[in-house]
Amino acid sequence: MTKRIDVLKTYKIFIDGKFPRTESGRYYTLSNNGKGIANICLSSRKDVRNAVVASRKAFGSWSGRSAYNRAQVLYRIAEMIEGRRDQFVAEIISMGGSKNAAENEVNNSIDRLIYYAGWCDKINQVFGAVNPVASSHFNFSLLEPMGVVGIIAPADYSLLGIVSAMLPALAAGNTVVVLASEQKPLCSVTLAEVLATSDVPSGVVNILTGNTSELIPHLSAHMDVNAIFYCKNNPKEINQIQLAAVDNLKRIVLSKNSDWNNSAHETPYYISDFMETKTTWHPIEQIAGSGSGY
Amino acid sequence: MSKKIEELKFSGEWDLAPAPESTNHISVKKEYQLFIGGKFVKPKKGKYFSTINPATEKKLSSIAEASKEDVDRAVKAARKAHSGVWSSTSAKERGKYIYRIARLIQEKSREFAVIESLDGGKPIRESRDVDIPIAAAHFFYYAGWADKLNYAFPNQNPSSLGVAGQIIPWNFPLMMAAWKIAPALATGNTVVLKPAETTSLTALKLAEVIQEADLPPGVVNIITGAGATGSDIVNHKDIDKIAFTGSTGVGKIIMKSIAGTAKKSTMELGGKAANIVFEDAPLDQAVEGIINGIYFNQGHVCCAGSRLFVQESIYDTLLRKLKDRMQSLIVGNPLDKNTDIGAINSKEQLGVINKYLSLGKKEGADMFQPSCDIPSKGFWCAPTLFTNVSQSHAIAKEEIFGPVLAVQTFRTIDEVITKANNTPFGLSAGVWTDKGSKVFNLTSKMRAGVVWANTYNKFDPTSPFGGYKESGHGREGGLHGLAPYLKF
Repeated sequence: MTKRIDVLKTYKIFIDGKFPRTESGRYYTLSNNGKGIANICLSSRKDVRNAVVASRKAFGSWSGRSAYNRAQVLYRIAEMIEGRRDQFVAEIISMGGSKNAAENEVNNSIDRLIYYAGWCDKINQVFGAVNPVASSHFNFSLLEPMGVVGIIAPADYSLLGIVSAMLPALAAGNTVVVLASEQKPLCSVTLAEVLATSDVPSGVVNILTGNTSELIPHLSAHMDVNAIFYCKNNPKEINQIQLAAVDNLKRIVLSKNSDWNNSAHETPYYISDFMETKTTWHPIEQIAGSGSGY
Repeated sequence: MSKKIEELKFSGEWDLAPAPESTNHISVKKEYQLFIGGKFVKPKKGKYFSTINPATEKKLSSIAEASKEDVDRAVKAARKAHSGVWSSTSAKERGKYIYRIARLIQEKSREFAVIESLDGGKPIRESRDVDIPIAAAHFFYYAGWADKLNYAFPNQNPSSLGVAGQIIPWNFPLMMAAWKIAPALATGNTVVLKPAETTSLTALKLAEVIQEADLPPGVVNIITGAGATGSDIVNHKDIDKIAFTGSTGVGKIIMKSIAGTAKKSTMELGGKAANIVFEDAPLDQAVEGIINGIYFNQGHVCCAGSRLFVQESIYDTLLRKLKDRMQSLIVGNPLDKNTDIGAINSKEQLGVINKYLSLGKKEGADMFQPSCDIPSKGFWCAPTLFTNVSQSHAIAKEEIFGPVLAVQTFRTIDEVITKANNTPFGLSAGVWTDKGSKVFNLTSKMRAGVVWANTYNKFDPTSPFGGYKESGHGREGGLHGLAPYLKF
């Protein structure tokens, strides 16, 4: 009997609900302890642009869905990860982690999804306001999503990093382009497969692997990106993003805590960071009846 | 049956007798110093610049020009006041100081209003009924927040940032100072504020009020000067936050300057708001809203409704009503209580507006201005509208900051939503229709921070104000206006 040969997985990027290879045809080899694990796409500037186009196209429909519906879609992602738990654990271990740590990371990722799913239809009840203006107007403020958010995922985490980094923006109703961790990219690609089967509409999440320092300038200078969430702590990259973002005045959010297992990463303030406050005025008629009781 | 509608005649019988506000009750000094550490001090380099009345071009006063050394003195005073006094003053007492400021502005409101109109050129009716009351209300509103911050941000343990550098424009001088100072003080910060160089007077009067209110020295510092002074504030190493209101161009320069530093920022920048009138709108009300939207404060308003979108079916009727209404606007002496449109704030700004008027004609749009008498001295611009405008015209794309309206038409809702949002700006928008469901459809589709439905240019301290996209970030006013001055 001949030994069965394993079918190895091709790790690809995720744009507009599809799994292309990078248009550049480039790759890098991910290895652990000198042993090659996988060939990972080295995405290019053109991939960033394609991802932004897909993201923008998806924004209207995703932000226009009911908050209840968005919550269920995010919840569905958690269900799908639960079903693929062993695969994620194995991937994390293969990139150099203990079994315990890997299981912990997958558990925290699922719980974080549930946490943010629950916020979708509550964020405006907590952060919105009816403003008692002194004139005869009804005036209220609600938070709305910003648009396309570019996300630079944490470098030292795999599944938990990318999930935590994209959730606040998604719960807010934005669409996202994520630059996955360069050192730990496997779970990002597998997460894309989960998203493709979780009722997440095409283009809402786009995931690129590659050399983050090469892609950051393109993502943060892109004129159709509304905000950047930077989850690493390289002051040089932060400065680079801040300068590149000026041309269209992107909002820049920096993650404040680099321990992504910490529950400090579960807060509605992260969601509101990716939302704009809109205030609406409408007159209240003062012609008749203003003197009578009711 | 076609009956020609007779044109309205705006002849002599419409003239109103002059009703000027008196100036004998105000006090304007010959020379103003810098307000640093609770005292009025001479500028280190001894330089002064003139402030003039844009309606007469006559000099009103000399204003100290703050140099880099003066900025440093002011920041040091603010830092000392923050760590020494203000951060240990109980929130309740902090609030009481701010209440005092509100009351003093109310007591002196008539003087403030007259000086505002003299120095900036805006009609006295606006200074008296809008600018000054809103400035006082802003202090009153935020005073009450000082000891209630834990209710605004539960479980967040908010604390002040430190020293805020604040740079404000010339279109609503005192009101902008209030929008900046009131929330900063309520949240426990100290401030260095710089008014615009053409409108320093009411900010300096405010400094007198702050002195009279007995605020601890250095909590509020008001220094005067032009762009160079502003740049020295932005680049000062010991400032924790920059709050800027002004053009998008300058906003971007500031954001570049503070990149790589720990400085936080709020930016209230330019706009090019769409004001959309549907065929089912209450037309006469809409005409008033259009007029108020673009000609209020000579159009020197970042949220001005400078792009009018009219549904094709009502275009002729609306344009006729609009032109008739424009004909009745009174341009002239800002101190006259009947004046609708005062003086353009500066010669420089008049130059910018005139550049756009000729550009508009050159690009092929048709210009309309009512016939009106314009004084021979001073800086003036008649209310203007352009028709035959296309999306690519400069007058439809760029912020003019003057009484210039670009009129376009549309047929469908989708079309107007696309056109309205097709701009890098996103400060405000207006929608006119009597249909409720259409109001909510449109207001939720506008990518703008403030949306007025069946009204325009309304402001209130409880109401958050600020932009999407290149109109800036952060909010001023309301509960949402507290967050940019706090860390959690």
